[in-house]
This record gives sequence, C-alpha cells and structure tokens, in this order.
Amino acid sequence: MKRSTTIINLFCALASRRQFMALVASSQARISMSETQSSPVLEVRRVGKKFPSVKALDDVSLELQAGEVLAVIGENGAGKSTLMKILAGVESPTSGELYVEGQPRSFSSVEQALQAGISLIHQELNLSTNLEVGANIFLGREPTRFGLIDGRKVEREAMKFLKMVGLDVSPRTLVGKLSIGKQQLVEIAKALSTRARVLIMDEPTSSLSQHETETLFGVVTALRDRGVSVIYISHRLGEIEELADRVVVLRDGRYVGQLSRDELNHDAMVSMMVGRDVSKFYHRAAHETGAEVLTVDQLRTPANPRLPLSFSIRAGEIVGIAGLVGAGRSELLTTLFGVTPAVAGSMRLGRLSHPPRTTVEAIEAGIVLAPEDRRLTGLILSMSVKRNLSLATLRRDATLGFLNRSSENRVSHDMSKLLQIKSSGDDQVVQYLSGGNQQKVVLGKWLATKPRLLMLDEPTRGIDVGAKEEIYKLMHELAGQGVAILFVSSEMEEIFGLSDRTLVMHEGRITGELAQEQLSEAAVMNLATGGNPSTSSRTSA
Amino acid sequence: MTSTQSTTDSLPRRIATRLRTGGKIYGILGLLVMICAYTAIASDRFLLVGNVENLVHRTALFGILSIGAALVIITGGIDLSIGSVVCLVGVLLPYLLVEHQWSVPVAVTTVLALSLGVGLVHGLLVTKLRLQPFVVTLCGLLFYRGLARGITNDQSQGFGLEFKGLRSIATGRLPIFGEAEGAFHLPATTLVLIIFAIVAAVFLNKTIYGRYLLALGNNPEAAKYSGINTDRMVLLAYAVCSTLAGFGGMLFVLDINAAQPSDFGNFYELYAIAAAVLGGCSLRGGEGSILGVVIGAAVMVVLSNTINLVHPKYQNIEFAIIGAVILAGAIVDELVRRWLAVRRAARQSEKP
Repeated sequence: MKRSTTIINLFCALASRRQFMALVASSQARISMSETQSSPVLEVRRVGKKFPSVKALDDVSLELQAGEVLAVIGENGAGKSTLMKILAGVESPTSGELYVEGQPRSFSSVEQALQAGISLIHQELNLSTNLEVGANIFLGREPTRFGLIDGRKVEREAMKFLKMVGLDVSPRTLVGKLSIGKQQLVEIAKALSTRARVLIMDEPTSSLSQHETETLFGVVTALRDRGVSVIYISHRLGEIEELADRVVVLRDGRYVGQLSRDELNHDAMVSMMVGRDVSKFYHRAAHETGAEVLTVDQLRTPANPRLPLSFSIRAGEIVGIAGLVGAGRSELLTTLFGVTPAVAGSMRLGRLSHPPRTTVEAIEAGIVLAPEDRRLTGLILSMSVKRNLSLATLRRDATLGFLNRSSENRVSHDMSKLLQIKSSGDDQVVQYLSGGNQQKVVLGKWLATKPRLLMLDEPTRGIDVGAKEEIYKLMHELAGQGVAILFVSSEMEEIFGLSDRTLVMHEGRITGELAQEQLSEAAVMNLATGGNPSTSSRTSA
Repeated sequence: MTSTQSTTDSLPRRIATRLRTGGKIYGILGLLVMICAYTAIASDRFLLVGNVENLVHRTALFGILSIGAALVIITGGIDLSIGSVVCLVGVLLPYLLVEHQWSVPVAVTTVLALSLGVGLVHGLLVTKLRLQPFVVTLCGLLFYRGLARGITNDQSQGFGLEFKGLRSIATGRLPIFGEAEGAFHLPATTLVLIIFAIVAAVFLNKTIYGRYLLALGNNPEAAKYSGINTDRMVLLAYAVCSTLAGFGGMLFVLDINAAQPSDFGNFYELYAIAAAVLGGCSLRGGEGSILGVVIGAAVMVVLSNTINLVHPKYQNIEFAIIGAVILAGAIVDELVRRWLAVRRAARQSEKP
C-alpha cells in the first residue's frame, strides 16, 4: 500500500516555502503555548445523541487543546456530522456535557455556540454570492452609524480579517466573482470576525483545486499558530496525514480511538475506520483486452476548442484519466457522451462514426456516462428505484410508445439483484437512498442498456468504503465481460487500483499515457502538473 | 434486504404509502364531496337536474383547459396565455364564419391550427431560446388579447341564429336516461372531456413519453443525461396546452354564442392553473394526475355555483372565497407532506 498515498500528500511533501516557514514559526509558538496550557478549549464528555430509535452518537468524549488541529474521521454514518452539529449548536445532545474552557455550556442555537467562540464552516458554503465580501463577513452583525450601515467601518474591519486569512481581495468584490477556494477563505474570515476560537471545517477541500488546497493549509497552519483550534473533517486521508496534530476515529457513533502525530499513517487510519484490515482493498485481476472499441482522433471539446485530443480504448480495458481539478477531464467525458457536443474532430464506436451530437445518439451507440454529480445529473430524485433503473431502456422495450411494464419490472428486479441495491423495495424513492446505493441505481440504469463503453466520472465520490469496494468489483467484472471502461478519478488509489492504462490530463491536454507498469505517483504528478514526461517514466512517447 | 416487499407493513405505514401514492386524489375528491354536500344541504336548488347538467357542462369546458395547463405544469413550466387563446379563438371563429363567410371545416381547422402554432412558438421560445415560460406566456397573454380586439375592432362576435349544427357540439344534451322532461341529459361537452382525459391519462401513465415528461419535470438535466430528448417533450406540452385552450375557446363561444374580445376568457388561465394545482400538480414540476386535475376543475366550478346559490350576497367576493379555499387546500397538502416526511425519518432511523 506504499503507492496509495494521495496526490495531495505528494504535493504537501513538496510544500511551498511559505508554508515551511510558517511551520518553523509555529513549532516555536507551540512550545511556548504548551507550557501555559491548562484546561482544554473544548471538552466533550460522554455525549450521546438518540434519534427516535437510533443512536447516532453513543458516549463520545474528546478534548481539544488551544492551537491544535484535530482531525475527526470515520465512514459515512459514523457520527461525525452529528457531533459537529452538536458542537455548533445546530442540534442538542440527548446526554453528556460540553465544556468550553472548563465552563459547562449547552447550546440551544447556533448564535450561542458562536458567542462561545465555536464556528462551523459547512461543506456547502453559506455565502450570499450576490453581496460583497465585506457585507458577507458582517452579515447579521453590521456595524451601524445613525441606524445605517457604516460602510467604511465594514471595509476597514473586513480588511483586517481578510489579511488574517491571506486573502488579497477588496472587501468591495462580489463574492460570486471569487473562486470557490477564495470563497472558503471569506467564510473563514467571517468566522474569525466572530472571534472564533474553535473552527470546525467540514470537508473544506472537496471542491478546491490543488493550489487552493495548499493555500487553505497555509491559512489553517497560520491560524493554529495564533492559538485558534481547528476541528478538521475530511475523507482525504492524505490531507489529514499532512495537517493534523491528532486524529480521532469514530465508528457507528462510538469513539474508536485516536492517533497522535507520530502514529499517523494512512493504513492505520483506514483500518481503525473500517474496523478490519484492508490490506487487500482492490481486487486486481489482469483483463483480457480485445479489439479497439473507441477511437478518438483530434477531438476538440467546447471547453478547450483549441486542444485536440486523441486516444483509443479496447474492449475489456479499464482506462483511468488522472489529473488535477480543472484539467478538462469531465469535459472530455461529457463530450464523448454528447452532452457538450464536440466542435471538431472524429470519433468511432461501432456504427457511430462521428462524435455524438446528443445523448440519445451516444446511448444508441452504446456509450453511457455515470456523471460526477448524481443528484444533479444522474437521478430523478423524486422517482422510485424502479423508474430510475428503467429510464434508459424504456424506449428499447416499448411497443408503439407504450410502456412495457413486465420488462420494466424485470430490468428493475435484475439490476437490484445484480448490484445488491439496498432499498425498502422497488418503489422506494431514490432521494432517500445512501450515496452508494444511489450510485448503484445510476450504474444499473446503464448496465440495463448493455453498453459497450461505460464512462464514470468520480465513480465513488461521497460513497462509503464498503460500497466503494463493491463498485470496484463491478467495474472489474464488467471489464471481464468485454465492456470498455473509461473513468475519471481524483483519488490516486483508485487510479492505481483500477486502471489498465492511465491517461493524464493537464490544462485541457492529454499530457501522457502510462501503462500499468509505468504507473507511479511521481510519473502521474509530473504529467498532471505539465512536467516533462521523460523524467518520470521510462518510455512514453 | 435486497427488496423486502411491503406485505408485512403496519397499518399506519400502509396508510402512509396509500396517502403518498393516491393521497392527493382522495384529498381533492373529499373536498369536492364536502362542498357538494354542503351546498346540497344549504340550497334546495343545487340538486335540480338543470343545475347539475350545467355544472357537469362547465366542468367539462374548464377541465379541457386544465388538462392542457397540467401538462405544461408537469414539465415545470407555466402557461399564462390560456385565457387569451380562448379569447382569440372565441372571437375569430364567429368572425370568420359570420363576417367572412368561411366554410365551417376551413374556419375550425384555421383556429385550431392557429392555437397549435401559438403553442409551438411558446415551446420553441422556452426550449431553444431558453426564455422563462412565465415571461413567454405572459407576453402571449397580452399579445393574443390585443390581437383579438384589434381584428374584431373590439366588437362582440356571435353566431346569431346560424350554425345550430356546429353549436350543438357545445350545447347538445344527450338523453342517456331517456327523453323524459325531467330526466338528466348528459352535456355533449362531457364526451369531449372524457375523450381528452382518457387520451391524456393514457399518454401520461402508459406511454414512455408520459414517463419522460414526469422525469424531466423533476430533473431536466438528469433526464437529458438519460437519453431523453427533453426539448421535444417540452415543446409537445406547450403545443398540446395551447391547442386544448383553442379547442376550449371554440366550445365556449359555441356554447355562449357571444364573445366580447375585451373580457372573453378573462382569468381562465388562472382557473386552469388552480384546478391543476388542486388536482395534485406541483408547480415545481414532475408531479400530476389527469383524474385529479379534472376533479380540481370540478371543485372550481362547484365552488362558484355554491356562492351563487347559497350566498348570493357574497357574489362580489367570489374570488376571495375561491382563493381562500385553494390556499387552505395547499396548506393541508403541505402539512400532510411534512407529516409523511417525519414518519419517513422515523422509519429510516429504525433501521440503523
């Protein structure tokens, strides 16, 4: 599992100088701080949360010291979010106590938690994109003069907090014009303006680019040095390895254990999270590849119309596309699927001898896509499992446009069984399924069409470990049956575990192609950042 | 646990399932029965054969408009131009027949083709230019009304004593219970409604296109990603809606025999939309049933009759009463929805 550390990890190993300087400074600051440390900033004592008939949290205790970055990890449903909601005053616990600087506290609202210095930054940012940066920072707490908002004071004060998070924009900028990474920093500035001593960050990097992630880490480190404590929640273990002073692991609502800075490593975290040894995470089997299925020649996507792309895939081959966020990977898939039709170039798949102009054309040719955002583009949320599963095969099975109920039932039954979709029945609305089961529904819909090329965009985003494993297994099985698979992933582990061959993209170009034996983190990283491929791989011309 | 069927469900859970699937129809049917019962008790004229015939007749006319409105609402859109299309067709038909002496088939084909064209234009503007349905059809509301008044020079149009045969489509009464003087005669328009309603219900529930319509109404992007030609389906919905509005307009003018361009069909789009919403269509799209919509139209018609018969002195506040009843329905609907959501959450937490 040595190769399995993530891209991020590598990046951080090559951390920027600025960050390094900050670390040096912080180690000194921390030494002085640890001497004066008395009671923890925040203490959670035997907190439990019962919902009508399930224990979301059971007897969880933890402490948070001043100037500490504490990572809380666990699978989906482990109780992380419930715990954070309790700390931030969104929900109240059914048992146990909270202490802030030694004083017992109980929050019945977010305002009370804010007053105690605890601030939660949600995964989805809560900013008004139509308002200016300064207005957002002081929203609800605007300084006033004669009953009117004191614009000059807003600006002055906002500048102060923006500087703290190292964000060099005017308080007069509209938030909507900032990148997601910068918006996140505005959110942190807003938290600081409430004099927060504890910042809770829930999956802060899930939509950040590499560079933005780096910046965020710099800011978190700097805040720690000022004595601010951070509770950091992330599925990206590489980030945690880099950033956390200590890791607390939850499983099924219970505290499982913790790892100190020097015990921190990827495998230890994973095995504590899942409660078993995960040395064999991927079922690696060599795929027999057949004839070429898809040939793409000089294809130009509307996102990067000046950069032609060429590659091909064989039957039974799994090809991964690696690269950083914004490299044009998803855009390539949506173009092959006919959602964003190609502007030029040629493509061949079976009878289809040009790039598809519509999804209808793509699907008829046997090209399907399980998109990145299931809820937005993959599922009809208000419809049942059955109706979602049969949606893509309705036309094929219909007679004169009339629904064929029995084949609809058969498709639904077969796919539910094949994919082991856990639901309360065919008629359950998909909205209330877990992420893993939702993804299975999307896959089932496509498998029913018997595709020749299955494309997946971030196939396991937001899915817990167990379901991930099932989806990987399925991909291998499909490849074994001769389906060509093309997938995009930002998780290095996935690329390593699944790909027979890896394409690496950088700023709209395919910068390299790596066979299985050429695959290494250094090679991928080099190509993904636009480096020279010859330095990383033996051959790849 | 792959697919445990609901054979062993508890009673409250069965009720919840029932309410979720057919609940809105039961709800609106219950409302209709309650209003009818109240009116029958409060006024001895409500159950007179003539009154019932008239109610069925008016329900048929408004039901036709409402089915069209419902199809558009299911796509997540709206059509505010229905009343103006009713007016345009309503004045044009007698204008062409009487003033210009067109033959009946040509005139009828022309007005129906015109309303189909109107719907296609709406659909194209919504799908190809991505204009908002509200804006497109609001402009339509103004445009067709203005057109109708312009063409006719704002003069009232009618058939006089001519065209009895044609008019009998709308005025005819079928003696299904015998020819006797006091027997119930089924208004011919009811047959028209039944035909349209069956075709629409079959379309919505039994064909893949109906499924596509429901799917894209809930999530147009996901529908597109599933290989559905969403633009074509939306276009179809607007075309059908305007055509039904045109057909309705024709029946209205054949029935009343007089159309004043300045107010013929006024507010009819709102009646149609209200009936669709009462009948279970969500304005967010993706939901609706034809039977519910027809019952919704009946509620609108009966409610107005109730005010006439029981509280004639409240006639001036008819709109206020109708508004209040619909609002009450929407509130009850929302409360039931929340109750179901709470039940669902409780049920989900039962299984860890």
